[in-house]
Amino acid sequence: MAQVLESQRGPVTGTAVGKKKRRPFLLDLYSTAVGKKYVMAITGIGLIGFVVFHMIGNLKMYFGQSDLDHYAEFLKELLYPIAPKGVVLWLLRGGLLTMAVLHIHAAYSLTQLNHKARPVKYQSERDYQVASFASRSMRYTGVTVLLFLIWHLLDLTFGVVNTVGADGEFVRADVYDNVVRSFDRWPVALFYILANIMLGIHLFHGVWSLFQSMGWNNPRFNEWRRSIAAGVATIVVVGNVSFPVAVLAGIVGG
Amino acid sequence: MSNHLKDIILKIWRQNGPQDSGRFETYKVDEISDEASFLEMLDYLNEQLITEGKEAIVFDHDCREGICGTCSLMINGQAHGPERSTATCQLHMRKFSSGAEIVIEPWRAAAFPIIKDLMVDRSAFDRIIESGGFITSVTGGAPDANLIPIPKPVADSAMDSAACIGCGACVAACPNGAANLFTSAKIAHLNSLPQGQAERYKRAESMIEKMDEFFGSCTNHGECESACPKEISIDVIALANADYRKAKLKNKKFISRI
Repeated sequence: MAQVLESQRGPVTGTAVGKKKRRPFLLDLYSTAVGKKYVMAITGIGLIGFVVFHMIGNLKMYFGQSDLDHYAEFLKELLYPIAPKGVVLWLLRGGLLTMAVLHIHAAYSLTQLNHKARPVKYQSERDYQVASFASRSMRYTGVTVLLFLIWHLLDLTFGVVNTVGADGEFVRADVYDNVVRSFDRWPVALFYILANIMLGIHLFHGVWSLFQSMGWNNPRFNEWRRSIAAGVATIVVVGNVSFPVAVLAGIVGG
Repeated sequence: MSNHLKDIILKIWRQNGPQDSGRFETYKVDEISDEASFLEMLDYLNEQLITEGKEAIVFDHDCREGICGTCSLMINGQAHGPERSTATCQLHMRKFSSGAEIVIEPWRAAAFPIIKDLMVDRSAFDRIIESGGFITSVTGGAPDANLIPIPKPVADSAMDSAACIGCGACVAACPNGAANLFTSAKIAHLNSLPQGQAERYKRAESMIEKMDEFFGSCTNHGECESACPKEISIDVIALANADYRKAKLKNKKFISRI
């Protein structure tokens, strides 16, 4: 019944054929959609690791000003004296930046591929059965998290949009003061809360999804994959949202 | 005793050819038995159209017993309509009620160009099968049954994947127009059996790379699984992903060591 409209038929051979020209291994892997999904999953794992440790580190603000500021100083001394001060931190930052760039590039090029795969959309309304809000909104939650990240760096790393910069010198090492001054502005606190909920939604699908992309599928742990995703998302969101709430409620910096 | 449904309104996609832009046209079926299958309802409508001197609606169908994978149709926004694990041919009018408005569209994907009305060209699937969806075996007399011992769970899971009838509902239902469920079902079928081991990694590599030329990418929504008339699980996608990774990483000299 099905007829070939335009001949796309290549030679039919007796055995599974491979591409003739191969690029170097990593580029070759990255050239296919499945390979890009591997890159998204692996960079995703790295970024999840960062987000979780970032949240745990920030919990120090509940112990008071000196604990948090001391922790920030300690990060520069990671592995000191094996490595000079700051080197390990910069290596980590470099790794994070690379992972973020790869994650975004893979997401962007896969989105382009998907748009090309269905140039004419369905003309009637789709009735999705199982696709969740989280899975359908990955692009939007992802972009929101990126925009939030830029604001977050301008606010607490560079101090450009922090009030401390307006009436005095922004001292990066005074982490506790900077956080309290930033979150005392309720619109900023609200933005942080909303952005972290977006991050949680992104993680909820992303953490589950990475198991599939990595090919980690085993009846022994399959039922745990959704729970792990929900757990990671909940821990990160509850922890991160508690900081602006604690500042507004006067528990921190009150 | 069968009941009859009355006044079914059908909004059906009509398109004269691949280049035509196409449009929805509305038809009415005054009365139809609820025991009629969905395709019989379309047959009935076509008879009506032919009697009126109009052109019949073109749609794909063949065995009408759910095993050939020829029928398609996006019915009310769902591939193969609202009945779970059922192809359109086994969907019955009892699933609808009198006065219902039913919207029917063809599969939509760049790799599935519309031939006419509701019929699409699914030969992109054939290109994927040609690239590795087979085993290379010596021809000759048929070997004895059960000559190669295969553990029962392996045979069962291979059979679950082999149930794929290649209808394309996974691509149609996927928000990204990805064919990962189809391709992975074929890979999982052959790669889990002893006969498929010799070409296991070559198969995973060439089928997935061929798939890339036509289709979108998997974002793990799971829509394909719920649309699949054979209920093939997205577990096969993870299996194929793992084999693709191994195909890229394994030392090919030791490939038989799994």
